[in-house]
Amino acid sequence: MELLLVILIGILYSAGIYMLLRRSLVKLILGLILLGNGANMLIFLLGSLVKGNPPVIPDDAKALTGLYADPIPQALILTAIVISFGLQAFAIILIKRVYAVINSDDLDHLNTTEEEV
Amino acid sequence: MFTAIVLLFCWRKVAAQRVASVVGNFVSLTISIMLLHQVWNNGIQTMQAGNWSAPFGITFVADVFGSTLVLLTSIAGLAVSIFSTAGISKARMRFGYFPILHFLLMGLSGAFLTGDIFNLYVWFEIIIIASFVLMTLGGRKPQIEGGIKYVTMNLLASVIFLTAIGILYGLTGSLNMADLSLKVAQVQNRGLVNVTALLFFVGFGIKSAIFPLYFWLPSSYHTPPSAIAAIFGGLLTKVGVYAMLRVFTLIFVPDEFVRTTFTIIAGATLLTGVLGAIVKTDVRKIFSYLIVSHIGYMIAGLAMFNEAALTGALFYLVHDIMVKTNLFLICGLIFKIKGSLEFKEVGGLYDEYPKLSLLMAVVLFSLVGIPPLSGFWPKILLFQGGFSTGNYFLIISIIIASFFTLWIVAKIWAEIFWKTQPQTETVQADDLAPMKWSRKTLLVGPVLMLAIVSVYIGLGAENIMAVSHHIAIELLDPTAYINAVLGPVAAP
Repeated sequence: MELLLVILIGILYSAGIYMLLRRSLVKLILGLILLGNGANMLIFLLGSLVKGNPPVIPDDAKALTGLYADPIPQALILTAIVISFGLQAFAIILIKRVYAVINSDDLDHLNTTEEEV
Repeated sequence: MFTAIVLLFCWRKVAAQRVASVVGNFVSLTISIMLLHQVWNNGIQTMQAGNWSAPFGITFVADVFGSTLVLLTSIAGLAVSIFSTAGISKARMRFGYFPILHFLLMGLSGAFLTGDIFNLYVWFEIIIIASFVLMTLGGRKPQIEGGIKYVTMNLLASVIFLTAIGILYGLTGSLNMADLSLKVAQVQNRGLVNVTALLFFVGFGIKSAIFPLYFWLPSSYHTPPSAIAAIFGGLLTKVGVYAMLRVFTLIFVPDEFVRTTFTIIAGATLLTGVLGAIVKTDVRKIFSYLIVSHIGYMIAGLAMFNEAALTGALFYLVHDIMVKTNLFLICGLIFKIKGSLEFKEVGGLYDEYPKLSLLMAVVLFSLVGIPPLSGFWPKILLFQGGFSTGNYFLIISIIIASFFTLWIVAKIWAEIFWKTQPQTETVQADDLAPMKWSRKTLLVGPVLMLAIVSVYIGLGAENIMAVSHHIAIELLDPTAYINAVLGPVAAP
C-alpha cells in the first residue's frame, strides 16, 4: 500500500510540474490541481498508514491502545483540500476572465505589461 | 491579549463602509499597542485554542517579534485605509474592497501570531486569496495579466510549503513550532532535515521574492491601484521574511551549508533588484524592483546569523514596512497629480507642489539611509555583523546595492521633481488641485503619518534598536519561547 502511494505521489508531482511548464493556461491550472493532490497524498502517507483502526476510544477504555490511525494528517488534509478547492475555483474563474479579456489561452500573449522597457 | 484577532474577525461585518474601516483600524492599532506593551513587560503571551495543551492543540504565541509586526501591520493598514477612502474608485468599493482589505490584515496578524506551522499555512492561504482578489479587482487587462502570474506563483509556493510541512510531520510527528524546535534537533537524518529546510526556504522565498524566484513581483505589483500596491509592497513580501526568520531560528538552526546558500542568495537578491530598478523608467516598476533588492538586506542578516546582524535585519524590516508602504502611496499621489508615472511624461512637481515634494523627499532619503533617517542604522548593524563573521561578500553587495539605490532615488528626484514638465500629447490629469480640501487631507495625511513614523524610526533609533535587539536575542535563544508554549517542564 505504501509503495503504491509513493509511486502515485511521484506520478502526481511529475505530471503536475510537466503541466505547469506547458504554455496553455488550462494546463497550468490542471498542473496546480495535480500538485495539490500530490501534496495531500504525501501528508497522508507520512502520517503512517494503518488499516481499519480508527482513532476512536471504546466505551470501556480510557485511552487508545495498540496501533491506530493518526487523526492529525486527516485533519490536515481536510483543511488543505478545502483551501485548495477555494483557490482552484478562484483560479478557474480568473482564467475564464483572462480568456475573455485577452482572447487567447497562450501564456506568451500575457507579456504586454513588460513590453515597454 | 488576543483580542486583535477576534476583533479582526468582527470587522468584516461592518467594514463595508469607509468610516467603519478607518475606525476598525484605529481600534486594532490601539489593541496592538496594548499587546506589544503587555508582551514587553510580562514576557511571551500564549493562547491555546480550545484549551488543548501545547503540542496537540493550536497555539497562538505573541512574543515581541510577532507583536511588533502586528503593530506595524496596523499602522500600515490604518494609513492605507485612510488613503483608500479617497483614492479607490466607487466601483471597487462596491465589489467589497474594504472587507477584503481587512481579511488581508487579519491574515497578516494571524500569521505573525500563530505558533503552529500548519496554522501558518492556513493564514498564508487567507492572505493570498485576499490578495488575489485585491489584485484582480477591477479587471483591467494589465491587472489580469499581472494577476495570473501572481496567482500561479503563489499557488506553487503554497504547494511547496505544504509538501515541506508533510515531510516535517513525517519526520517528527508534531506541528507545534516550539515542539518541533526540540524534536528536529533530535532527528538523526540531517540530510533529510536540510532538504526539508530548503523546501521551506523555496516556499517562503517565492512569497518574499528572493533572487531566482522574484520575477513575478515586478511584473504584477505595478498593476493594481496604489493603495493596494502599498499594502502588498509594504507587508506581503515581509510575511515571507517573517516566516523565514521564524522557521530558521526556531525550527532549523542553520548549519554551514544553509548559511552559505543564504549568503549567495542574499547577495544576488540585493544586486539583481537594484540592477532591475536602474533600467526601468516607470516609478512604480522601480519601486517594485527596490522591494526585491531590499529583501536582500534581511536575508543577509539571517545569513550572518549573529546578534548584531539579526538586530540589523529586524531593524531593516521595521523600517522597510513603513517606507515601502509610503512609497507606493506617494506613487498614488504622483499619479493623481500627473496622470502618469513614466519619466518621459512627468516632471516639474517641485514647482507646482513644493511642500508635498519636501515630504516625499524625506521618504526617499530615508529609503536610501541618509544618516539621521531610518535606513541608516540597520546598515551599520549589518556591517558590524558582517565584519564580525568575516562575511565580506555580503558587505560588498550591501554597499553596492546602497549606492545604486541612492543613484535611483537621485534619478527619480531629478526626473519627476526638478525637470520641467515635458510637452507631450498625453492628457494632463491634474486631479489633486481641484479636489476638495477634505479629500486632499485624506490623501496626503497617511503619507505624512508614515513619514513621521519613518523619521521617528531614524531619530529615535535607540528605541527601535532596543526592540530589535530584544527580538534578536529572543530569536537566537528560543528557550523562553519554548518554555512559554510548552510549559517549563518541557525544557531540556
